Amino acid sequence: MNTDMKRRVFLRGSMAAGAVGVAVGAGLLAPQSVMAAWPKAAFDAKSVAEAGKTAMGGTDIVESSDIKIKAPDIAENGAVVPVTVTVKPSMEGVESIAILAASNGQPLVGLFKLGEGAVANVSTRIKMGKTGDVVALVKAGGKLYSNKKNVKVTIGGCGG
Amino acid sequence: MAKKSIKIRAKAKKGVTTVKSLMSHPMETGLRKNSKTGKLIPAHFIQEVVATHVHDGGETVRMTTHWSGGVSKNPYLSFKFNGGKKGDKITLTWTDNKGGSESATAKIK
Amino acid sequence: MKIVKFAMIALCAISASAFAGDKKATDTTPAEDLKTYQDYFFKRFSGVPLQEYANGVYAINEASRENWEAIEEFPPYEPMIEEGEGMWNQPFANGATYGSCFGDDPAQRKNYPYWDAARKMVMTLPLAINECRTANGEKPLKYKKGAMANLLAYMSYESRGQKINVAIPDADALAAYNAGKSVYFARRGQLNFNCASCHMESSGQYIRSEQLSPALGHATNWPVYRSKWGELGTLHRRFAGCMKQMRAKPYKTQGEEFRNLEYFLTHMSSDIEYNGPSARK
Repeated sequence: MNTDMKRRVFLRGSMAAGAVGVAVGAGLLAPQSVMAAWPKAAFDAKSVAEAGKTAMGGTDIVESSDIKIKAPDIAENGAVVPVTVTVKPSMEGVESIAILAASNGQPLVGLFKLGEGAVANVSTRIKMGKTGDVVALVKAGGKLYSNKKNVKVTIGGCGG
Repeated sequence: MAKKSIKIRAKAKKGVTTVKSLMSHPMETGLRKNSKTGKLIPAHFIQEVVATHVHDGGETVRMTTHWSGGVSKNPYLSFKFNGGKKGDKITLTWTDNKGGSESATAKIK
Repeated sequence: MKIVKFAMIALCAISASAFAGDKKATDTTPAEDLKTYQDYFFKRFSGVPLQEYANGVYAINEASRENWEAIEEFPPYEPMIEEGEGMWNQPFANGATYGSCFGDDPAQRKNYPYWDAARKMVMTLPLAINECRTANGEKPLKYKKGAMANLLAYMSYESRGQKINVAIPDADALAAYNAGKSVYFARRGQLNFNCASCHMESSGQYIRSEQLSPALGHATNWPVYRSKWGELGTLHRRFAGCMKQMRAKPYKTQGEEFRNLEYFLTHMSSDIEYNGPSARK
């Protein structure tokens, strides 16, 4: 309870220093270049393995307990499932992390490419249509590693 | 696009900067139907988010993400990087599948 | 979750259900109602402190709470608080502001709802906001979502930590309170439910996948960003939604029935701190 109160109080303190939003004209960033970078084939892929290999360019996927997935055992609402993926420092040379929802028609949800100095620790919130595994794929030292965590979904997050 | 559509909190502690952000975006998959008309709602989602660390020495891209419509509405993104100090800045820029784009900058605290 | 059926016997004392026969809303005082109500939940969910009830189902369900805390880490309603703050600071066409109506203090949650003795009606914050607007030549806002919810989010945010303390100063106020109590306990709709069917006698139990939250604390955390809505909504929007789920025709938002219900329900959350806005599934 105490930590919760603090967090919500902390939120109050942070309000004054909100980010300054700057609208960027659509013309400034050529959407085509982004389109080219966005791995459409990987996002269209129907299976975890196919999506992972297409997105990250590996061949074999090795299971690794060095990858930690924090996600709820039971999702309150499949529309908003909080997921955090952390890779233990023992796995060196992490280049990218992919988050997939195995039971979604198109499993690949997000691909996170680590820039200079980035720590292998990312959080986001994803949609899950039904109960299934949240899979994390990690590319490190040119190889692919994975781990998964089952999340029970009682209210699907993809419908109207 | 709604104004102030990106909110960023960035904090440096013991040499590690934690960035948390919330973006306002419908994140439509293109697979959902309008409950009244029965027609598919066109896909409209953020495809790319680039996080740049602006510091004395210049600019460093710390994280590039590619997303599908499978990321929740009003997406949340958090990540960490080694380096960064109070007063440095973090710029987040997203681009969606319709070519829309937005950018915001916040100071690291 | 254990069902505590015998507690319902005590409840009948405050039940105003038409089906309860000999019991009337006027049979018990607000203070007695509050004690019965709190004791009921304290017994049902033993060990949950009063203040925790502000967090709804997250006070009693650990798995849900884990989801919720991750979402509150950077809550989806935060941009709406900022929108609301912008509205608060933006002068109307005539130069006046919301501050002109509310003593330049957005932290108004603790002052509403209240009994307006002169007008003989329950005043709520959204109603006061719209009266402020119309008095200054602006159009009223819609009550369920959008700009009204954003402004309420900002004002509620500024009011976090204020304790609920609703005065019931005279006989007319008591009549409104009892009317609200009747709305709460009257069975209605095709399912023949009342508000207590789900949130008292079945609280903690599941309707299919949904665990029902305890009614205690229900007035504390509004407006709410529901994942189901994908947006912010007001207390009266939720009232209307609940009535639809009972297969009943909802009352009008900010109409007399819902305002009386809010008056009753807020009193029943006495001494709990306001902590809106909040995220819910």
